[in-house]
Amino acid sequence: MNHLAGIDPILALSLAYWQQSLIKVGIVAIVVPTAALILGYVFLLKMMSFMQSRLGPMEAGPYGLLQLLADGAKFIQKEDIFPDAADRRVFALAPVVVLMSTFLLYLIIPVGPDAISANFDTGIFFALAVSSLSVIGILMAGWASASKYSLLGGLRAAGQLIAYELPLVLAVVGVVIQAGTLSMQGIVHAQATGEIFGFGWLGSPYILTQMLGFVIFMIAVQAELTQPPFDMPVAESEIVGGYQVEYSGFRFLFFFMGEFGTAFAFAAIASVLFLGGWWLPGFDADSNWLNVLGPIVMFVKVMVVSFFIFWIRFTYPRFREDQLQTFAWKFLIPLALANIVLTGIFKVVL
Amino acid sequence: MATPTLPERSQLAYIASQAADSRLNVEIETEGMTLNIGPQHPATHGTLRIVAKLDGEQVIAAEPIMGYMHRGYEKLSEVRTYPQVTALVNRIDWMGSFANEVPFILAAEKLMEVEAPPRAQWIRTILFELSRIANVVLFLGDMAVQVGAITPVFYAFRDREYVLNQIEAVTGGRFHPNFDRIGGLKDDLPAGWIADTKAVLTKVDAFCDQLDTLLLGNEIFQARCRGVGVIPADVALSYGLSGANLRASGVDHDLRRDDPSGLVHDQIDWKVWTHPDGDSFARYWVRLQEVREAIKMVGQLLDGIPSGPIMAKVPRIIKVPAGEAYVATENPLGQMGYYVLSDGDLNPFRVKIRTPSFNNISICPWLLRGVYVPDIVTILGSLYFILGDIDR
Amino acid sequence: MADTDTESPAAQEDAPPSDDRRERLLEDLRPLLGDAIVSTHIDVGHDLYLRVDRAQWADIGTRLRDRGFQFFDFLSAIDWMASPFGRSMESYVDTIVAGEDPTAPPADMSMIGSGYAGGDTRFQLLARLYSVSESIGVVLKSDLPDDDLTIGSWSRVFGGASWHERETWEMFGITFTGHPGLRHIYLPGDFEGHPLRKDFPLLARHVKPWPGIVDVESMPGDDEGGN
Repeated sequence: MNHLAGIDPILALSLAYWQQSLIKVGIVAIVVPTAALILGYVFLLKMMSFMQSRLGPMEAGPYGLLQLLADGAKFIQKEDIFPDAADRRVFALAPVVVLMSTFLLYLIIPVGPDAISANFDTGIFFALAVSSLSVIGILMAGWASASKYSLLGGLRAAGQLIAYELPLVLAVVGVVIQAGTLSMQGIVHAQATGEIFGFGWLGSPYILTQMLGFVIFMIAVQAELTQPPFDMPVAESEIVGGYQVEYSGFRFLFFFMGEFGTAFAFAAIASVLFLGGWWLPGFDADSNWLNVLGPIVMFVKVMVVSFFIFWIRFTYPRFREDQLQTFAWKFLIPLALANIVLTGIFKVVL
Repeated sequence: MATPTLPERSQLAYIASQAADSRLNVEIETEGMTLNIGPQHPATHGTLRIVAKLDGEQVIAAEPIMGYMHRGYEKLSEVRTYPQVTALVNRIDWMGSFANEVPFILAAEKLMEVEAPPRAQWIRTILFELSRIANVVLFLGDMAVQVGAITPVFYAFRDREYVLNQIEAVTGGRFHPNFDRIGGLKDDLPAGWIADTKAVLTKVDAFCDQLDTLLLGNEIFQARCRGVGVIPADVALSYGLSGANLRASGVDHDLRRDDPSGLVHDQIDWKVWTHPDGDSFARYWVRLQEVREAIKMVGQLLDGIPSGPIMAKVPRIIKVPAGEAYVATENPLGQMGYYVLSDGDLNPFRVKIRTPSFNNISICPWLLRGVYVPDIVTILGSLYFILGDIDR
Repeated sequence: MADTDTESPAAQEDAPPSDDRRERLLEDLRPLLGDAIVSTHIDVGHDLYLRVDRAQWADIGTRLRDRGFQFFDFLSAIDWMASPFGRSMESYVDTIVAGEDPTAPPADMSMIGSGYAGGDTRFQLLARLYSVSESIGVVLKSDLPDDDLTIGSWSRVFGGASWHERETWEMFGITFTGHPGLRHIYLPGDFEGHPLRKDFPLLARHVKPWPGIVDVESMPGDDEGGN
């Protein structure tokens, strides 16, 4: 059982299965909010502020570092409000469903040759399947809020998220064809050990060979996260909060954590699929050093990818849904299909 | 029947829109969903309420409901003296508030047969154009927020602060200058103001150029705005649309050139901008060019201020002789006019305030049929109104 | 155009200024409107005032629009009655500072007089149209008899008139025949009364008297007014 073999070499102790699982659950439970906090602070509070010619929060902690913690505390201590006409159980469950899909995404993110929570053979398939769970949560939120704005937001979200699942999956298919495996560690290994035209020092990062797939994947990620230019479901200047508008307190915190946690997770998946994951040129793909350096390398790559996600978020205006759907169905999907065909041809020929 | 000609078609459209207007009053919801946009809503520039009847995401009928901020200015002006009415009237269009005072003061001056000295007229025009810059720069950023781009509005506010600082340096008030007086101005310019204002103008100019690349060239912005909310010229005229809304529909009409009164626009060199399309993009584009033009105008005006007194000889207690006068100027939001009827007393007898946004928004029931919900926000944003201007 | 105002009183007596553009416009409009015109007045350099017959109001709108006055400026009304609240609406201080007797009866309207201005009937409709091509405007007024406050609606002629007529109905109580739906525009639906009428009191002044012209104090050694 390879997850046993994972921790043994590092810790030099022998842990029972339930102890290992507990540790993994604990790590993921800590990493997700931390990731959301880091992304939120660096990009939302500071980068966005600086790009908008202002400073952002500066009061809570040095340079506003503790602002998000203060916000979290504020959210938790708020009154738990239900709209009068809302369906209570569904209303309460919806943010949990969204957050659950975020947590499940972190299971398959590798940060070292042996450091992964669940080393499935079909890792990326699992990730894509699990990320679609959030659509249900959003629909639940939109319907159960018993508000016309929420309903509009929920329906827009349903249409948009389902439409952009396809380019997401199709972009990944190109990577899978090239790597020859669905497993996340397998994809990293394929990039680490591959060569481009005989030059092997850089490995074969798929961002170079799958450039089109990378662009499509990033656009689809932007849409899956309902970030501008695809934030019709939460169009702040029209339907004010969309499906989130009736939520306050810690339920809204769940949505917020879900959004930024998923952003981190997708950025990590993008780094694994296209940027080579935890591998650094110059190291052997199985080296034990990478179990220590891997997390740092992954973090840096995630930050780079997130930078682009958030940069586009506050620069572009938003699409109208019909334009959004046209863009997905008439433009991205044919492009992704063409990418798959090309990849297949090159895989066979080269 | 033969194809209706354009006047007949527009006639039919009017009748249909009026029928839709009154249909909304009936409380039977036979189809569709009624959505209340406002009065508290980020997109409605204040407390405007739009009752939209939707079929999915498409609007069947939409009607603006206002009055949440109605302050009764016309009734109040009957019991205020003329300087007090000036202070009151600042607050109609609070974004470019010096411009509100100007037509009222000009009407009162006309009734008193007093003309402000040239220096006062020039400074009045400078402040008038500065208030236009302050107002429309906010629009340029705000329209971006309506379509979802959240960054330009911060640049707009930042650069607008410089202009407001200049206005405050002269008048003492950023938002409510209360500076115009019958016969001239309250005070003269402070030392160094001209040089400071020229520096500020370069900054605002840089902002306009920034917007050109950031927003106007953006494909998503164009996709959201082009072809959305097209207003033909004859409809615009019949609803009394004014300002950039009218010029964006191709009508070449600018009161500063065609019907000037008391301001010195005829003594400087400037251009009227029009656009043939009449859609939201055209309205945005025309306002951007107007800000650039206003910057050039203020630059020329600053160079040519004549010296002299700031105030003509008027009595301390102003009793305006009996008579009536209507003076309209090309305010930042459109054509603003005051019809002042005086009976020779301290207070006006009747003041009718013709505000541009009231007419600009009256076109909404006609314009918003058949558009999508996001387009409501785009169209309202591009028509650009200030609540105080609609509600008085 | 504004230079006519600066002519000294002496010069005005010698050479009454004339406004050729508006004279020509008036001559153009006379055959068009025919007997609908009750009286006219040219405010030299500023505006042309036409006082027209109430019965032909809607038709006049159509004729003027077809003649070129396509820009709908505004439509409202004037209540010529002197405010019955008289001096009590202003403060005691105001009247003394102005050199008036605070106990005097309210002013009458004979100062403005009839002719183009109004005052024959209590309510007078006021509208303005503008011709963009000629850059000239015309102010239309129409007296409404006290017992029948109705007049034809312009909502089928000018789209923008609809809201203006709603506001005029709401504020003055003038009914526009042919308007698709006269209902409140500024005030809540169940509001009673017509606020801009002179006999509708400004309640704030009754609740608390106006403090007066507190910002215009006499300078030491200065009396009130140079003229």
